[in-house]
Amino acid sequence: MIGGLFIYNHKGEVLISRVYRDDIGRNAVDAFRVNVIHARQQVRSPVTNIARTSFFHVKRSNIWLAAVTKQNVNAAMVFEFLYKMCDVMTAYFGKISEENIKNNFVLIYELLDEILDFGYPQNSETGALKTFITQQGIKGQHQTKEEQSQITSQVTGQIGWRREGIKYRRNELFLDVLESVNLLMSPQGQVLSAHVSGRVVMKSYLSGMPECKFGMNDKIVIDKQGKGGASDDAGKSDLGGGSGKQSIAIDDCTFHQCVRLSKFDSERSISFIPPDGEYELMRYRTTKDIILPFRVIPLVREVGRTKLEVKVVIKSNFKPSLLAQKIEVRIPTPLNTSGVQVICMKGKAKYKASENAIVWKIKRMAGMKESQISAEIELLPTNDKKKWARPPISMNFEVPFAPSGLKVRYLKVFESKLNYSDHDVIKWVRYIGRSGIYETRC
Amino acid sequence: MTDSKYFTTTKKGEIFELKAELNSDKKEKKKEAVKKVIASMTVGKDVSALFPDVVNCMQTDNLELKKLVYLYLMNYAKSQPDMAIMAVNTFVKDCEDPNPLIRALAVRTMGCIRVDKITEYLCEPLRKCLKDEDPYVRKTAAVCVAKLHDINAQLVEDQGFLDTLKDLISDSNPMVVANAVAALSEIAESHPNSNLLDLNPQTINKLLTALNECTEWGQIFILDCLANYTPRDDRESQSICERVTPRLSHANSAVVLSAVKVLMKFMEMLPKDLDYYGTLLKKLAPPLVTLLSAEPELQYVALRNINLIVQRRPEILKHEMKVFFVKYNDPIYVKLEKLDIMIRLASQANIAQVLAELKEYATEVDVDFVRKAVRAIGRCAIKVEQSAERCVSTLLDLIQTKVNYVVQEAIVVIKDIFRKYPNKYESVIATLCENLDSLDEPEARAAMIWIVGEYAERIDNADELLESFLEGFHDESTQVQLQLLTAIVKLFLKKPTETQELVQQVLSLATQDSDNPDLRDRGYIYWRLLSTDPVAAKEVVLAEKPLISEETDLIEPTLLEELICHIGTLASVYHKPPSAFVEGSRGVQHKRLPGSAGSGESVESPDTGSAAGASDAPPAVIPSQGDLLGDLLNLDLTPPATTGPPPPATSGLQLGAMDLLGGGLDSLMGDESEPPPIPLRTDTPQSPQVLHQSPSPPDYSPTELGGDLGGSSAMGAGFGAPPPAAAAAPFSAPVSGGLDDLFDLGGGVGMPMGAYSPPKTVWLPAMKGKGLEISGTFARRAGVIQMEMTLTNKAMSVMTDFAIQFNRNSFGLAPAGPLQVLTPLSPNQSIEVALPLSTVGPVMKMDPLNNLQVAVKNNIDVFYFSCQYPISMLFVEDGKMERQVFLATWKDIPNDSEAQFQIADCRLSSDAASNKLQGSNIFTIAKRTVDGQDMLYQSTKLSNGIWVLAELRVQTGNPNFTVCLKCRAPEVAQCVFQSYEAVLKN
Repeated sequence: MIGGLFIYNHKGEVLISRVYRDDIGRNAVDAFRVNVIHARQQVRSPVTNIARTSFFHVKRSNIWLAAVTKQNVNAAMVFEFLYKMCDVMTAYFGKISEENIKNNFVLIYELLDEILDFGYPQNSETGALKTFITQQGIKGQHQTKEEQSQITSQVTGQIGWRREGIKYRRNELFLDVLESVNLLMSPQGQVLSAHVSGRVVMKSYLSGMPECKFGMNDKIVIDKQGKGGASDDAGKSDLGGGSGKQSIAIDDCTFHQCVRLSKFDSERSISFIPPDGEYELMRYRTTKDIILPFRVIPLVREVGRTKLEVKVVIKSNFKPSLLAQKIEVRIPTPLNTSGVQVICMKGKAKYKASENAIVWKIKRMAGMKESQISAEIELLPTNDKKKWARPPISMNFEVPFAPSGLKVRYLKVFESKLNYSDHDVIKWVRYIGRSGIYETRC
Repeated sequence: MTDSKYFTTTKKGEIFELKAELNSDKKEKKKEAVKKVIASMTVGKDVSALFPDVVNCMQTDNLELKKLVYLYLMNYAKSQPDMAIMAVNTFVKDCEDPNPLIRALAVRTMGCIRVDKITEYLCEPLRKCLKDEDPYVRKTAAVCVAKLHDINAQLVEDQGFLDTLKDLISDSNPMVVANAVAALSEIAESHPNSNLLDLNPQTINKLLTALNECTEWGQIFILDCLANYTPRDDRESQSICERVTPRLSHANSAVVLSAVKVLMKFMEMLPKDLDYYGTLLKKLAPPLVTLLSAEPELQYVALRNINLIVQRRPEILKHEMKVFFVKYNDPIYVKLEKLDIMIRLASQANIAQVLAELKEYATEVDVDFVRKAVRAIGRCAIKVEQSAERCVSTLLDLIQTKVNYVVQEAIVVIKDIFRKYPNKYESVIATLCENLDSLDEPEARAAMIWIVGEYAERIDNADELLESFLEGFHDESTQVQLQLLTAIVKLFLKKPTETQELVQQVLSLATQDSDNPDLRDRGYIYWRLLSTDPVAAKEVVLAEKPLISEETDLIEPTLLEELICHIGTLASVYHKPPSAFVEGSRGVQHKRLPGSAGSGESVESPDTGSAAGASDAPPAVIPSQGDLLGDLLNLDLTPPATTGPPPPATSGLQLGAMDLLGGGLDSLMGDESEPPPIPLRTDTPQSPQVLHQSPSPPDYSPTELGGDLGGSSAMGAGFGAPPPAAAAAPFSAPVSGGLDDLFDLGGGVGMPMGAYSPPKTVWLPAMKGKGLEISGTFARRAGVIQMEMTLTNKAMSVMTDFAIQFNRNSFGLAPAGPLQVLTPLSPNQSIEVALPLSTVGPVMKMDPLNNLQVAVKNNIDVFYFSCQYPISMLFVEDGKMERQVFLATWKDIPNDSEAQFQIADCRLSSDAASNKLQGSNIFTIAKRTVDGQDMLYQSTKLSNGIWVLAELRVQTGNPNFTVCLKCRAPEVAQCVFQSYEAVLKN
């Protein structure tokens, strides 16, 4: 299991050092600094073995988190734990920075003591942790016995992510369907790979221990229902309405630990008792019938050895009534660029020498439109034999729909003990599609 | 909240000041002081001098302060054991605290203090805490047992904590169960044979129930523990799989990977025709793909594991090629791993896409990545024949970029393509030659030289090209030197007239001016070969090369099985067994996959077989370029195509020397030259593999080479000084007294007393035998036919359960008993086995007659090979015929059943020959001398009752003997003659 955990700043100075196992000596801290942080080469692997000691590291801005072990640990678990550690710290004190870590080092030690015992990760749900690791040490003494046992049963219990006795005057929930659409397209416009990775994020402000059931236009469910009772289904699918697609094929999905996986496996129904506040209910991935919001058509022409002509057309491909925002196209330029002239029809375009790219920004663009940019790039003559690698043209944007076609069909809330029903809950749904790695080769 | 100030105090007298503050009356000041101490401790300052003062702060109501003091204690208690005792009372008191959080904190901290006296005091509180009413305390206590076990294992056993811990597996709280499982698993690792976890269907059921309820981490502990269980039958296996599959949808990648591990392992037990088996296979792909959208570090772990999974079960991800395409912004470690998997998944169906991708990658920035991409293009060419042409043209495009490392890498892979598809793409040689000057890496230089040598006849200026390399011969790396030597010898054999000088030059450079024994030895072998018999030299040096196999870098099957059992862990990331990087005994026991269920399948290795298109590939490997010793064996010692005697020498003058050398070389190479691989047809699915495999270099490690070539290194030593005659007459063999002795010795060693038994030859090379190498021979000892074998384990895991079986054969040979390998064969161990044979087995005529097809089984697989036995071992002891019977029989057998053979070059007198033959149960019945020619009349009887009559004519002074054989079954004549020759010549 994890033998120790270190946090360093970018210089390699130790900010936090917690050793859990006797087989990890004091020199381990230095070994990592010397061999990884101060290594001349770029890091070639997130797992490093130095003298039979294995180091796992992740970096957050310029902070290094390293877990160390001498055993054959579950490597996936170690990384998941490091990410979780980052989440917990962020939930407690915001951004992970040297300053914040130094300011909160006592808290971090306390957290490390709680969420990692002898190198075994323990309950690391911030909701639960915040009930008893509060940085107001005295509070512990004023808790009643009931409160204490409530804490312990929550930390160890089946529903470790929610405490009892939550009350809201207004029961309300927000669902965000956040998708990132990824594309790799050949210069000729052939889709080399495309997928959507989506998340359903829920903010719940619900009283008691509500039992929730979430439904979406999952093809498997719709088809199953279609077989069962067609009449019932017709009404429902309209509810999702809007796009022509009735159901989508989900390649794979993963759920927050509150979701009953065995129930999903057998009935494909998503039922759970949600944590209080904001959390990620599910992640999913689709590859079929993706709506690609933009198409990029590049044209790069080399004129002699010292000049490049670039023309890029973007076309928006969604309902004209919708508006895409924060559109940005990055056109990479060779390292030996000496000057650039840009003309664009819409938005603003600039050559950024420090980034070796022309950045073209458009604030808004409606569906079924197109726009174009052309640029002349002057090059310095070089002796470099190596050809310019022509990195792909990448794009960023935000659209108010889900490129996968996912629709929320319902989210039902049942709380039998309290006197509010599904109808009393105010529900909000929002769809946001963003670009992930959206690249077109040129 | 500005704790950062504690990090900045660096003034002198700090310790003293802290001491004062720690002893302050004000609570706030005390707390501040402890924080400063902890901050100093973190940055590595020694604050152990403050021990008593800090411990004094322990008695406090402030939980935060208490935790800080505990933290200090955990760090320094070991260095101040006596003072640490001061803390015991507080701990014991805290363990009784009404607040469960404080009870747990105390027991958790106590377990971390590795001081014997404190440990003693820990036992009672721990016992109570294990049975505490509060689950939070119990789950903490469970882990504490593991801590205590780490400090004092005996104590844990004596105090009966293990039983209490086992009881916790049935606890009502899932987190307690999970921690108990984690603690027990860890303790069990250091007691490999104890049945601590006692996994039985009941406990498994409990674990599976807890699995649905506990935290993500607890699920990982439980799944990892489940993976150690071996279900009793396929039904149990399936029911566990069914309950584990929902975990594949968990948001935590580690839960997913651990679930994959359990499924991959238990799947082995499911019959392949089961519907559920197919369903399960389908269910595995999506979660594996989803792992690739995790953070890069996890992607890396996932990719390393997918690499294993793809090798074991290629069918799972065969349609998912696209997700492994490299993204421009992937970290380099992810890119490299993706590339590996792309090559593994490449097939005819997706090759066009893959190639297009690889071509893109070859223009990227990272040198390692670009190299690997170029290499991958070559691999594709070798793997998918249809793509070869496109690959070659892609490689040529890349060579045109003139980017140095791209060109070099491309040349290295083109060499392999030439090997795989001889005489197909040689038109590109001209382009390659243009880049000769830019090659500065040994591997690329060696590859280019190989190409020039191999195709010397098509390259007009081959001699000039090679000569240009020769100038800096001594500055080259060994790899290049060896290759250059071989290439020039090849060139000479192809264009002897123009290149005499060149070859002399390289031979003398290699033999006289080099310190490298490998180079010298190779030089001498060539020298002798060329001087003795250029025709033979041609056959040896320019022999047809064995084909190279298409799958590369495959992990050795037993290791792969072990690694599959370690999915998700570090072992799977390193692709090494835990014992390679874990110290001590912990966790080093080897894990194995369970055997597959279903009747007929037990023999077949479970992974292959089914899946259509799944590479049923033999574990053969492209020669790794570094391995030139392997190359040596491969290129030069491959036996000539004909097995007959070397053509007689023409020059009488050289005869003496030649004989010496011939014998010497024979004995030198005797170990190596095996009969050319004989295609073997059996009714098993594996047999076609055998066809393609011939000795392939990587399995011969340099150390083995020393052993195998036996005499070779001795010879090298003997030649420490350049042979005196060499310079004057480069092509007459260097003769010296020392040499004679050496070779005489070589000849003498092979001479057996009694029945002739040929030297052992390699029947099953290690690479065909998944690490098992079998070399062997046959002998007849005291009337019993024996198959004498040396089994060598060149794999990384222990081999057991050996068994042997023969196919039906011409003389009904069958094992007379089981194969006696009593002890398991550990890695790098050899064992000699003698298997007595009977001749009462089923009979089927083989071609050649003395061919024997053998199957050897061990715990890894079943291996098939064929070998030829000398028929002389079938000659029985009572084969002496009565004179009259002999005469009558001789007359009775028609003349057209008579076969006549020449035995060349045998320098024995007729009496000596007679004696020698008698040792092998060929009996001389009469002898006649006519005109200085001795005629020996001989008889012999085969084990199946066939009589063979012979007339052996020996002319004094003539080394050529004539044998006439008469037999009612004329087919055996050829074999009998071979035995004659073998016996007489040894």
